[in-house]
Amino acid sequence: MENHYYKASDLGKFGNIAEYQKELADKFFSYYGEVFKDSHLTAKEKSLIALAVAHAVQCPYCIDAYSSDAFEKGYSEAQMMEAVHVASAIKGGAVLVHGVQMMNKVKEIGM
Amino acid sequence: MIKSLKVLHHPLADSENQLEVLENSLGSIHPTFNEKLELSGIYPLRASGIDILQLNLGKMCNQTCKHCHVDAGPDRKEMMSRSTMQICLDVLKNSDIDVVDLTGGAPELNPDFRWLVEQIKKLGKHVIVRCNLTIILANKRFHDLPDFFKQHQVEVVSSLPGFTQDRTDRQRGDGVFNDSIKALQMLNLVGYGQEGSGLVLNLVYNPAGAFLPPSQVALEKEYKMVLASRYGIVFNQLFAITNMPISRYLDYLLSSGNYSRYMDKLISAYNPASVQNLMCRNTLSVGWDGYLYDCDFNQMLDLKVSASDSQHISDFDFAILKNRNIVVKQHCFGCTAGEGSSCGGSLTF
Repeated sequence: MENHYYKASDLGKFGNIAEYQKELADKFFSYYGEVFKDSHLTAKEKSLIALAVAHAVQCPYCIDAYSSDAFEKGYSEAQMMEAVHVASAIKGGAVLVHGVQMMNKVKEIGM
Repeated sequence: MIKSLKVLHHPLADSENQLEVLENSLGSIHPTFNEKLELSGIYPLRASGIDILQLNLGKMCNQTCKHCHVDAGPDRKEMMSRSTMQICLDVLKNSDIDVVDLTGGAPELNPDFRWLVEQIKKLGKHVIVRCNLTIILANKRFHDLPDFFKQHQVEVVSSLPGFTQDRTDRQRGDGVFNDSIKALQMLNLVGYGQEGSGLVLNLVYNPAGAFLPPSQVALEKEYKMVLASRYGIVFNQLFAITNMPISRYLDYLLSSGNYSRYMDKLISAYNPASVQNLMCRNTLSVGWDGYLYDCDFNQMLDLKVSASDSQHISDFDFAILKNRNIVVKQHCFGCTAGEGSSCGGSLTF
């Protein structure tokens, strides 16, 4: 085991997860492929959603993959950054909205 | 204005240096293109005939695009002479080749361009011109090109690497997008791209960076929607073309640190289904000086056709050339990656 957790080259080895459990890996990759096909949303729109989610879940592999994919599919730098802001706003909002929970608790126990 | 690699005396202006990079810089861990063909059961790659004669009328261009595999620009002086054109016409007259594809540089900058188009049409052949669009606005004497194209029923194929100014200008130079839009509107005005006109206007997308083109079908749909709604522009087809790791694009890949990653992409995206439709199998490329090549890319790498007795248009021998073995090197992965790539766009979709 190396002394760091992430290696860029591991992204290209994603498919290797099938070595330990082929059936589930096959199902996952088949599902993954279907999800990103043109359908009610275009593959291009899905790529931008994936980019935002990649930032929200802070997955460096996904950020690598979908920064390339979204740019290749024609999104501008500004559009991509706005997508990241959407992720940021939702994540920030998710933190802040719990402030209400905090307030409720304080009000419950305070005099 | 950016200077050509040749005028800058850049090492990559020499085709041997380009081949050295392509053949040896990645080490032996990557398969060769020939090995891939063998694995696919298609080695050696052979021509299936000659349906298209592609003439490079010269390397002079009014633009200096960052990705140009020709290393074309205003400072290039190489031009096909009328006498070489005449030999090409004689070949066309005595053959069943129906399509003549005129490229450059900007082919319209050749002083004999219009004469050549007229002569080819007299032979009853179909003419394709690879027009960079901005040439139409570059000088008053080119403003009537749309009418000239229309008069001779020329098929126009034009590069527009993005439907936004940013993407287009980054690759092709400042102001190119706006001039391209104006030129497209001029072509539309005389009927090009309009339904029922019979005047064909096709656009070419190629990536503005170190990546492969996205799906041609999806991209065409988006181009049509955006260009129509924003600029009232219509066109027939969009061709998505992969950038070849040659000349100025090779220089860009190396200087930006993207070369190895890009070649990995091309090689890992090798698609055997694209091989049967490769343009080198039914096209013969003629250099400005009359030498013969399997494609425009081999021409820029100075890889002449394998038929040693018929390497110049003056020695054109249809029987030998129609079944020739195609000369392939590592750059050929550019035509077989993903959906495949040719002057007519994707090869499999």
